[in-house]
Amino acid sequence: MALTAEDVNKIAYLARLGIDAKDIDAYTRDLSGILGLVAQMSLVDTDDVQPMAHPMDQTQRLRADEVTEQDQHEYFQKQAPQVEADLYLVPKVIE
Amino acid sequence: MHTKTIAELAKGLRAKEFSSLELTQHYLDRIKQAEILNSFVTVTEQQAIATAKKADEQLASGEGGVLTGIPLAQKDIFCTQDVKTSCGSKMLDNFISPYNATVIEKFNQAGAVMLGKLNMDEFAMGSSNETSFYGPVKNPWDTGTVPGGSSGGSASAVAARLAAGATGTDTGGSIRQPAAFCGITGLKPTYGRVSRYGMIAFASSLDQAGPMTQTVEDAAIMLQTMAGFDVKDSTSVDLPVPDYRAELNNNISGLKIGVIKEFFAEGLDSECAATVETALDEYRKLGAEIKEISMPNLKLSIPVYYVIAPAECSANLSRFDGVRFGYRCENPEDLNDLYIRSRGEGLGAEVKRRILIGTYALSAGYYDAYYIKAQKVRRLISEDFKKAFAEVDVIMGPVTPSTAFGLGEKTGDPIAMYLSDMYTIAVNLAGLPAISVPAGFAGNKPVGLQIIGDYFAESRVLNAAHQYQLVTDWHRRLPEQFA
Repeated sequence: MALTAEDVNKIAYLARLGIDAKDIDAYTRDLSGILGLVAQMSLVDTDDVQPMAHPMDQTQRLRADEVTEQDQHEYFQKQAPQVEADLYLVPKVIE
Repeated sequence: MHTKTIAELAKGLRAKEFSSLELTQHYLDRIKQAEILNSFVTVTEQQAIATAKKADEQLASGEGGVLTGIPLAQKDIFCTQDVKTSCGSKMLDNFISPYNATVIEKFNQAGAVMLGKLNMDEFAMGSSNETSFYGPVKNPWDTGTVPGGSSGGSASAVAARLAAGATGTDTGGSIRQPAAFCGITGLKPTYGRVSRYGMIAFASSLDQAGPMTQTVEDAAIMLQTMAGFDVKDSTSVDLPVPDYRAELNNNISGLKIGVIKEFFAEGLDSECAATVETALDEYRKLGAEIKEISMPNLKLSIPVYYVIAPAECSANLSRFDGVRFGYRCENPEDLNDLYIRSRGEGLGAEVKRRILIGTYALSAGYYDAYYIKAQKVRRLISEDFKKAFAEVDVIMGPVTPSTAFGLGEKTGDPIAMYLSDMYTIAVNLAGLPAISVPAGFAGNKPVGLQIIGDYFAESRVLNAAHQYQLVTDWHRRLPEQFA
């Protein structure tokens, strides 16, 4: 499965991942190579096989609906690039 | 002191041959002398000294356990409160974790001394430690070669005796492959055995933490502290933790060892093959029965892995968006620009490749063909193991197709790099425990032996590996330059 540079640009946008224009060709080549490797999966018939999402086939464990965490937002927000009035700041979204 | 194992150091501390402070200072000095290896991202000297002093007080009053006062180092994937936790990425170069991973918490409770945080491939994506934002780690056996990855800093540090033991994580071989390349012991436990809470996620259905040590006995000691159910990790398994040292000395006469035929086919270096064969002969002498087994679906492990791991990573790494923590680009024009440039500038090429592959595999129209197909083949691989464990007690084989390769040798070719994990990845897909133990040398480079066990059969794997170390001394060798 060979991708085009246009495909890679589209995927990169879906992932919100900046790729330098000068690197697009190299990514296109590498990703096409990886998809070629992955294509070997079609060698085996899996019609009657159940997909395996987890090694233990676990289901999600539930817990009591109780508050277990303390409010530490000030401590956590020390890590944030920009904070104002206890809120994380990003560029204006709505004019 | 640094040639001693954790078990020996614990005895030495109790016999007052040296204090934890002396021991810690000794390792801190060694870390400084071995800067060329680039094994550490952060050395936590002050904290280490303070913990060592506390450990000495505890030991003086007859308290503490086997790890009290033992200097260990932690892979920089584990969140450590108030200490930089970079995961080998520019994205987290400024991240001071506000909490401890459960694994770290457990080592703290046990009184272990943390010497620092170990270098690694960026977000654990790599097999050579060359994708790290902090530069490649070097292999102490030959500083022109890679230590393996992603736990390359851990393997290099233990091999050069810069720490008595280290943690690693293994998503596709990231404990076992570097352990093999650096001539140390590395155990990947059963999926769910060790809590993943606070361990920065790469591929959540595959990631598992484990010990990297000189000896199997030390791996058992560290696993004892690391293992156990954790309510904070919804995939951790609620099963009792056995005494991992209790069965180390069991006689292995009659042990049924399966050897996977397909692992000895094309692709395996002849010297590595011969080394593994010699190790199997040791097991024959110990009374084990060797049986050839066939696992036809194993050849699809790498294709399956390079769908599942990127798919999970693309979801997990979407949290690195420049908003709440980590790297943010300068002067973003709007929210999209903030996301795109923060991620574009903060993440390296290999991480980007995997996010792109994962995003593609999960996108509308391709989900069934890639992700569901990969999950189906994953079940076939896991069933191959189930069938095998109906006939044998453990499976043995090579860890890697070759010994450590040269720095820069495979960085231009992602697929060649991926293939260096061809013998380790299936174990992660199935979720089984496996260990790499030093089994000899090809030239001056270490070769590992892999021992795979059934689910939660860590004790049996450790027993088989320990018995081998009782009759060999490969694990006691250390690189001359760091003797």
